Amino acid sequence: MSAKLDAFKALSAKDKQRAVINWLLDHAMIIIIVLLAIYVQIQRPQFFGVASLVNIFSLTAARLPMALGVAGCIVLAGTDLTGGRVAGLTAFVSAILLQRAGANGRFIPDGVPQNLLLVLLLVMVIGACIGLVNGFIMAKWKLHPYIITLAMQMITYGIYLTVSNSKQVSSLDTSYTTDFVTKSFVKFGTTSVPTYVILAIILTAVMWVVWNKTTFGKNMFAVGSNEEAARVSGVNVMVTIIGVFMLAGALYGYTGFIEAARLGSSTATLGLNYEADAISAAVIGGVSFVGGTGKIGGVILGVFMMQLIISGMTFLGISGNVTYIIKGAVILVACILDMRKYMTRK
Amino acid sequence: MQEQNVLLRMEGICKSFPGVKALDNAQLTVRAGTVHALMGENGAGKSTLMKCLFGIYSKDAGNIYLEGKEINFKSSREALDNGVAMVHQELNQALKRTVMDNIWLGRYPLVKKGLPFVSDKQSYNDTKKVFEELGIHVNPKTIMSTMPVSQRQMVEIAKAVSFNSKVIVFDEPTSSLTETEVEHLFKIIDMLRSRGCGIIYISHKMEEILRISDEVTIMRDGQWVATRPAKELTMDEIIRLMVGRPLTNRFPPKANVVGEEDILKVEGLTAMYSHLKDASIHVRKGEILGIAGLDSSGRTELLENIFGSATRKSGKIYKDGKLVANKNPKDSIKNGFALVTEERRATGILGILDIRANTVIASLRKYLNGFLLSDKKMAAATDSMIKAMRIKTPSQKTKINTLSGGNQQKVIFGRWMLTSPDVLLLDEPTRGIDVGAKYEIYQLIQELANRGKSVVMVSSEMPELLGVCNRIVVMSGGRVAGEVDADHTTQEEIMTLAAKYA
Repeated sequence: MSAKLDAFKALSAKDKQRAVINWLLDHAMIIIIVLLAIYVQIQRPQFFGVASLVNIFSLTAARLPMALGVAGCIVLAGTDLTGGRVAGLTAFVSAILLQRAGANGRFIPDGVPQNLLLVLLLVMVIGACIGLVNGFIMAKWKLHPYIITLAMQMITYGIYLTVSNSKQVSSLDTSYTTDFVTKSFVKFGTTSVPTYVILAIILTAVMWVVWNKTTFGKNMFAVGSNEEAARVSGVNVMVTIIGVFMLAGALYGYTGFIEAARLGSSTATLGLNYEADAISAAVIGGVSFVGGTGKIGGVILGVFMMQLIISGMTFLGISGNVTYIIKGAVILVACILDMRKYMTRK
Repeated sequence: MQEQNVLLRMEGICKSFPGVKALDNAQLTVRAGTVHALMGENGAGKSTLMKCLFGIYSKDAGNIYLEGKEINFKSSREALDNGVAMVHQELNQALKRTVMDNIWLGRYPLVKKGLPFVSDKQSYNDTKKVFEELGIHVNPKTIMSTMPVSQRQMVEIAKAVSFNSKVIVFDEPTSSLTETEVEHLFKIIDMLRSRGCGIIYISHKMEEILRISDEVTIMRDGQWVATRPAKELTMDEIIRLMVGRPLTNRFPPKANVVGEEDILKVEGLTAMYSHLKDASIHVRKGEILGIAGLDSSGRTELLENIFGSATRKSGKIYKDGKLVANKNPKDSIKNGFALVTEERRATGILGILDIRANTVIASLRKYLNGFLLSDKKMAAATDSMIKAMRIKTPSQKTKINTLSGGNQQKVIFGRWMLTSPDVLLLDEPTRGIDVGAKYEIYQLIQELANRGKSVVMVSSEMPELLGVCNRIVVMSGGRVAGEVDADHTTQEEIMTLAAKYA
């Protein structure tokens, strides 16, 4: 550290200025968010209260799985736009299978709530199947995933609308909602932390192992960094690509399962733009569209920052319309700052 | 040919592509514990033969035997698993990943057999072991993209060795290495040879071939021409066999007349983002100035800073005595500068575009008819360059990445000729180009100088600098280490200067 300081002192005034600016730009995202948080805290002292913090963490936990899924697709130098609609579809499937018995206007008349874990498994499989189609087309015909997943997004939404007839499904069984997903797991004073936060933590740990400690994870990074190099080294590129998209799909399925319970119903707008938030969070967290780079920790940070900004805006009483503008600006700034790191300056 | 220890035998290999017979009854026999050089001009069929060996192409006819057993690999991975490896000329690596991840890619050591978990610890230790054996000093955890090309190449070699390969193919391994690195590579090759490996060495550099190979196989037009012990061959003989006619001189005579006045004068050039420091050079009218130095001695950076494709911190550039800004490449082109870049594939050619697009890109303004580009004018300009540069191509609609390296380079030269430059900055203009094409490039450089243009030429090949240039500036550690007269210097003098600040 002191050696670094000495080197800094040895620089000319102009170089010193440049070094300081570089350091600030490299850490700009964190600095902006911290300043913003401090500003909100000064304006609205309850911002960093327990209730508010638990709320921010809970919302982060709700959004994290989808971001982790799509981050894998971005590591492959691709993307996946199906997330939100897959969550919408799987929320609907979860809701109709777990609707309270004898509820008024029950979607499946005379049915009873099914086994919780089987439903969760089923919706994750549904998500994985959509991922399978995405991944297979990308691996087989070398289409850019942007266009594949754009088409699949429409198809998924169409399937949902056709099957559900745009009908809202509410009156969900309490074994699913308040007794499982949103049940208080631990309490901080009067504020409780719901189960899905714990589930998100477990899921994140699993994803960390998958990304960093398995052959599949290493192959994913290698394919994203240089597909041809991976191929000639004997990596099964097709299986890797399909695997990444299936994993992402399963995580979207999981998100749908949680969201239906969290919001208490399945509607046609559930999941709308979730994928955009997830992609933004991953990019803010340093998962580069260049491919081959990204860290689970970065994704967590990205989702958290997005949530911090959204909550901060709410606290300041800024309208949702303006929040969109600010979110968009944050994404652009984050991407520019990210690319700055990869640019080789001449 | 002795029958003992035959490791690899390829016989009667034929391969046709629509319209071309790429291989016609080609053969190659490599014995254990020898270095076998495979030579031939671009398009002679060397790469096709290797691609047939590795299963990248399926051969139409012929047999391949490895240690007496007939083989027919379907993929390069299958070849690797059977002990046949290749160090590619174009490095194929996952640049954002670490060195060790690249070496064990596709076969990561597992924590336990059957489990999908990778053991980074073993991966690290195994990498260290291979590196120690080869005398490579690289941290296995380094990210590939942060290392120079030469080190990345060493990693590629280590990867081939790590497969315990019996046959290792080196395809133009020294094209991005400096002389010291070449020495290191030769030591590694010697070690592999003494272990009983069979080395197939593909190169255009005669000195290297004659120095390290035991046997030489020469190919021409997809056919086997000769296989001889290296000791019985001379450079002239190899060239005669390769081109099918005697080539008396490797370099055209230096006929250019060096003028009195300085066309280009560079004073105290220091780069913003690289180690180039306080470099001053001057070039006269009709002069060919060589820039020598080791890899990363600042040679490329010097050209880039003159051309404005890199950011200058300080320093002045004068052309014809007038201060020029050369803020960016566009500005420099307007001021009469041209730059042929070092990495042709990465920064030279527009790979998926055709020859016409590649030729006219730097001079588009000339082909305007009002607001629109005239196809007729562009076609005419391209045709004139195809003729002037003697580019071998079926048509100007051919995609440039289907041409050989030499022909690609000629297209790039043609591109810059169309901008009518006064100062040509050439960065390794003959890298990866075969002998015949090299001679043509030298001739071209001579012609340019004869027409009164000033040429600055960076090269890692010292004979080339001595044979082509009038004066040579030697760079070391980002600075100008000295200057020598090309006609009265020695390679030793240049090497001493190159080590001055390294």
